[in-house]
Amino acid sequence: MELNLGPQHPATHGVLRIVVTLDGERVVKAVPHLGYLHRGVEKIVEDLEYFQIPPILDRMDYVANLNNELSYVMAVEKLAGLKVPERAEYVRVILLEFNRIMSHFAWFGPFTNDLGLFGTAFLYGLREREYIQRLFERTTGARMHYNYFTYGGLRHDVPDGFVEEASRLANRLPAVIDEFEYMVEENEVFRLRTIGIGPMDGQTALNFGASGPFLRASGIPIDLRKDEPYSVYDRFDFKVCSASGGDCFARYKVRMDEMRESVKIIQQALEQMPDGPVRAKTTRHIKLPKGEVYMRTEHARGEFGAYIVSDGGERPYRLKLRSPSLSNLMASCVLLPGMVLPDLIATVASVDIVLGCTDR
Amino acid sequence: MAIALPFLIALALVIFVLSNIVFFMWAEFKISGRVADRFGPMETGRWHGWAQPLADILKFLNKEDIIPANADKLIFRVAPFVGFIPVVMVLAAIPYTNKIFVRDFDIAVFFVIALSSFTFVSMVMGGWASGNKYSLLGAFRAAGMLLSYELPLGLAIAGVVMLSATLSLIGIVQQQTVWNIVLQPIGFLVFMVAMQAELQRSPFDLAVAESELVAGYSVEYSGMRYAMFQLGEFFGLWALASMAVLLFLGGWHGPYLPGIVWFFIKFYGIFLFLAFSRVSVPRVRPDQLMDLGWKILLPSALVNIVITATLIVLVPHYQVPLAVSEFVILIAALYLMRRVLK
Amino acid sequence: MNAGMTNYYYVVAFAIVGGVFGGLLLSVARMLRPRKISKTKLEAYECGMEPFEGNWTQYSARFYVFALVFLIFDVEIAFLYPWGTVFRDFGVTSLIEMFVFIGVLLLGLVYAWKKGVLKWL
Repeated sequence: MELNLGPQHPATHGVLRIVVTLDGERVVKAVPHLGYLHRGVEKIVEDLEYFQIPPILDRMDYVANLNNELSYVMAVEKLAGLKVPERAEYVRVILLEFNRIMSHFAWFGPFTNDLGLFGTAFLYGLREREYIQRLFERTTGARMHYNYFTYGGLRHDVPDGFVEEASRLANRLPAVIDEFEYMVEENEVFRLRTIGIGPMDGQTALNFGASGPFLRASGIPIDLRKDEPYSVYDRFDFKVCSASGGDCFARYKVRMDEMRESVKIIQQALEQMPDGPVRAKTTRHIKLPKGEVYMRTEHARGEFGAYIVSDGGERPYRLKLRSPSLSNLMASCVLLPGMVLPDLIATVASVDIVLGCTDR
Repeated sequence: MAIALPFLIALALVIFVLSNIVFFMWAEFKISGRVADRFGPMETGRWHGWAQPLADILKFLNKEDIIPANADKLIFRVAPFVGFIPVVMVLAAIPYTNKIFVRDFDIAVFFVIALSSFTFVSMVMGGWASGNKYSLLGAFRAAGMLLSYELPLGLAIAGVVMLSATLSLIGIVQQQTVWNIVLQPIGFLVFMVAMQAELQRSPFDLAVAESELVAGYSVEYSGMRYAMFQLGEFFGLWALASMAVLLFLGGWHGPYLPGIVWFFIKFYGIFLFLAFSRVSVPRVRPDQLMDLGWKILLPSALVNIVITATLIVLVPHYQVPLAVSEFVILIAALYLMRRVLK
Repeated sequence: MNAGMTNYYYVVAFAIVGGVFGGLLLSVARMLRPRKISKTKLEAYECGMEPFEGNWTQYSARFYVFALVFLIFDVEIAFLYPWGTVFRDFGVTSLIEMFVFIGVLLLGLVYAWKKGVLKWL
């Protein structure tokens, strides 16, 4: 029996379509079909000036937007040779890590939802996300498409009381993460549904170009924040979380641990944050010198890369974006044949894909 | 008059149960809301959204009725009735106190168990007749669940039947000087788990499984036909929760308060348990469900029967040894299971 | 009419009331609901795609072995209930007889389990 899962399915997180061939409930073949959310981002940006591009990137991975902006902004800075002020770097790190936590919360909720715990943990995840989102709203002026990072720093300085509010939030979070773990980890059915489901071995994951928590759950501790420190990440003390097994439970566990580490980074950054300007002296319209640059950063979902080819004009000649969701999804699709249908749903959900990023 | 009386009683009971169902729905909205750290309905009817279920029913009445072009139209239309009529028939056999009951059936236990499994038949019919792949998968899951959970449910009750030596529900309650939950803890646990499966409630809502099969067997149903499936489920909940109260929790026995009040206190206790378990546990996988049914519940129910029968026959005052041995075995088994699962 | 017959007369009455009540709900809904049928509405739901491979497909129900085991055990329950009401009167004899009965079935279950047919998939 051939069955369409998606594009209009409660558990495909957007508009992913997987055509599965079933034998009973056993999946014989699973073919993902992409492109339902394709907006031609890479083509659109060729007609935009450099300062107009971050809002478009916000609309790619709409759950961890600031992480998208960062790669591009840093690529532009690298090509233009801009020096970002200290304060801006620290604010960036704080917001990025908050953004990562938000993204993991937004993963945790729907994941339990797909396991069949309808609504409960989902709303806990969204509740915590909401608190962080309020901070973002005050800081950037938007709730979803922040458009806050720009080459040379930030669009504007953080509002009064940012540090207090951020540290209050960060101090609150460890208890919240404990609460989430307590909520699901001792739950026998949750364990039954996640432990040993969709095991991914590290080498296969690497071969498919998987990255982020998905890769680290398979026991390969690759984290660009540690391996190729960008921004000011080399000044913080945090550890790269990895787990063995590569099953759904490991992916869950890695994300939970990672949030704790993010909280640590935020707390350290808040302590060290200096005063000063938040934007280097640049103009809105800049011309990049002729050349090519690739900048990659550790996105909430993995390695997010921006590759700019400049012909010396005000607009990029080409902007290639590497989306972690896409490679992770492709890697996870090898796991699907041989599974039963509920496990397929759980595995796809555990990868944490955002279709806006996959399809671009 | 004598000919019309049963019809009047039936109508009165259906309306009474329906009004309770409206309350169930509201309570479930509120409980699942509170558990998920939100309020649940707050607007409809001003006071804590009390009118939300009524508004839902009105909405169901207003919904367009769609029968897919390539559905098997006859079976598609009949299926909701197959789910609904048997659970209404069950109401005839359920006593509320030793004075308030419709009829005292001498095989009431058998009757209720037999009829309440018609829900699965309606699901298989509806799911198959929809001509949709999701609903077909849901239908077969329902069939598999019928195969797995009918047995533990029946066998768990067999222990109670042996204790009271009658199949009449009134008789069983009158025998319970000590509540059967004390004498039959294993039976009670098996019954509660099997009951949730029988009622298609989360964590066993596999035939619906909205995150996997969209809406399972009821994908193609809309409007009032869909509502009839839901009503059938709630009537089934009424029947099986009453059975749990009557068989294991001493029915209307209880100090000070009148029997009917005790009955409904216990009944709503069971309902609360169901409502909470629905929002706190993820859904199990079909094969795990079958494993649970065949490899854990069925053997435990059989062990329960063997212990009960042996002690009743061999020991003159069997109550205390029975309760003690059942509790010991239960706790040992739970401990072992926890060790294995870790 | 004796008591048994009256009981079943009640059951029939309840069934009729249930049927009529359900029919009533549907006919009230028929009066209230809109009817704007279009071709697209009558298509089977397939996650937003046009249904392919036909809507009537085959499903391999791997758990049919369960159905066989289930039948046997269901018959056992049917025997167990009447036995449960009277077995005290016969003492140890009926106990042993029932144990033999359950034992044989249990052996069947264990055999099926060991054979590995107790699998959904």
